[in-house]
Amino acid sequence: MTETEVFMQQVIYGLSNGMIIALVALGYTMVYGIVELINFAHGDVFTLGGFLTLTIVGALGAAAIIDPANLGDSSHWLLLFALVIGAGIFCGGLNVAIDRVVYKPLRRAPKLTQLVAAIGVSFILVNLALFWGGAPMEVFGGGNAAAASKDFPELLEGRNLLGEDSNVVLRLEDVSIFIITIPLMIALTVFVKATRLGRGMRATAQNPVAAKLMGIDTDRVIAATFMIGGFLGGAASVMWSLYNNTISFQMGFRAGMDAFTAAVLGGIGSMPGAMVGGVLIGLIRAMSDQYIETRWTNVVVFGVLILILIFRPSGLLGLKQREKV
Amino acid sequence: MKLASARFALFSLGQLLVLGGLALLPVVDLVFPSLQFAAPSRTVIVFAIMALGLNIVVGWTGLLNLGIAAFTALGAYAFGILTCEIYPFQVGFWWGVLLAGAFGAFAGWLLGAPTLRLRGDYLAIVTLGFGEIVQDALKNLEAVTKGTQGINPLPAPTLPGLQFSSETHVRWFYLYLAILAVVVFLCRNLEFSRLGRQWFAVREDELAARCMAIEPDKAKLKAFAAGAALAAVSGALGASLLSSTGEPGNYDFQVSILALCIVIVGGIGSITGVLIGSIVMVGLNVILLPLLTQTLQRNGIGSTGNVLTSPDNYKYLLFGLALVLMMRYRPDGIIQTRKATRK
Repeated sequence: MTETEVFMQQVIYGLSNGMIIALVALGYTMVYGIVELINFAHGDVFTLGGFLTLTIVGALGAAAIIDPANLGDSSHWLLLFALVIGAGIFCGGLNVAIDRVVYKPLRRAPKLTQLVAAIGVSFILVNLALFWGGAPMEVFGGGNAAAASKDFPELLEGRNLLGEDSNVVLRLEDVSIFIITIPLMIALTVFVKATRLGRGMRATAQNPVAAKLMGIDTDRVIAATFMIGGFLGGAASVMWSLYNNTISFQMGFRAGMDAFTAAVLGGIGSMPGAMVGGVLIGLIRAMSDQYIETRWTNVVVFGVLILILIFRPSGLLGLKQREKV
Repeated sequence: MKLASARFALFSLGQLLVLGGLALLPVVDLVFPSLQFAAPSRTVIVFAIMALGLNIVVGWTGLLNLGIAAFTALGAYAFGILTCEIYPFQVGFWWGVLLAGAFGAFAGWLLGAPTLRLRGDYLAIVTLGFGEIVQDALKNLEAVTKGTQGINPLPAPTLPGLQFSSETHVRWFYLYLAILAVVVFLCRNLEFSRLGRQWFAVREDELAARCMAIEPDKAKLKAFAAGAALAAVSGALGASLLSSTGEPGNYDFQVSILALCIVIVGGIGSITGVLIGSIVMVGLNVILLPLLTQTLQRNGIGSTGNVLTSPDNYKYLLFGLALVLMMRYRPDGIIQTRKATRK
């Protein structure tokens, strides 16, 4: 492999992972934009999305799906879209429920009180994921090691799309990430810009009191924000499981920190910022893996997070007229 | 307000009661020898010192520190490097603990200086990130820290004429209890000192504090350093207890959250509360859950491999529920501080 090919390969990894991170980051940034809460539990909602996905895949009968002879069948794409929608709705609903039960009563409490409550929710969800991983299902390893990582089956064909003799590998998995994330991001942008509820969101983000006075049902707007943020997190969890072929009950912590870093890098509250930030963090991770060392990658990401917070807390795109959701 | 009149005091009644209660723990062992309270009770004390440090930052100054375990780790490793026989220093237990505390204060100052101007929730995330960085760095810098093996063996405490070993854990417990009493004494007098009152002022209203000629940044920095120093001392004491720093993963986010749970459950800002919180939360963790596991296993329930029957698997849930419920119903903790009555 030449230097350029190595670099190109890392760009592909970085972009694929970055798009997934961007989806999760959107959940952080939208919620922060509306209620000024760092939704610490978002990463763990994402984890539960991964567990639901694996449960569905397992329930559908592992044999039929994992059989390599069937790979490339169009039914796999159908399954993939169904999983994205299923996990999305589940995570969205869960996010709304958490908001109702825990965050809503604390809406007027000091910010740190809300953050500590969110951390508490995060721990509860981690424990639920641990229990889920101990479920007596074949895909979970029969419930013997609840805390162990679970293998996630290949759902898409592993053929190199750039030709078998190319050193740079681009797989259907990489492409599928773009096929799913980009339309989601476009739909989200159109929704926020063009619909009534989207306008309500922008108004609430700017000034909740004024928005309420203008007759906007801010409770509904907040619920919708948690729903959409959770949906994107759920969709991301499907892509993440598919791409990394493994899930664990603690995966939400790292994924969540990556995504939060991305949201802050792009300017928290800014939707385009979260998308750009996600891709950047994906690329930074890939380059750090290749050119520094894998074991230092998390240090690099947290270093980036701390430096941005200190020197440019408004992020890359979060300057003056920031377009919060 | 009775702050000024209590300028110098040994202990309050509540603190005395809790410390005295702790002192009675080994007596339980005499009555029920199978329980073995004294050995794990030393861990309660280690965590209590760490939580008292966190209490200075979170409870008194109102800054959320989510990475206190990082300072505990730095204290443990500083103690390890200063005392372990494979390094040239070998300063012994007492100097090791003191220098670890000083190093912790320095580390706290180093992290605090550039970050304390940040908004509260951003500061929380920075401290969280710092905690993760310290963990990874300790893991990766194998040449100095021995990576995941940890530094060992480490010395037990030394006192003229007294031996400390695993056989004499009751004696060891009382030594640590004495150290805890010294820390409580220091904290209590810090609380009512000029600096302590500055911290309260900054927590209640930064602008008003500034108008009273208090420099919030300096006060916060001192709180950060003091908290980090106590956390580092607790790290050194814990490492001596294990005779090893343990692996860096022993000082992860979960530990920081356990310390936060202690402070919040016990009552933010109250020393007595933090002591009670330590007994409740750490006691649950190192005494009650293992005891429950043993009992269940003896009755043939815990060994079935079912995730739900192992009490250890409920830890996250307990921490999480404790935080959520406390924030929802008693944001000031079980022991309400003067904060509530002062208003």
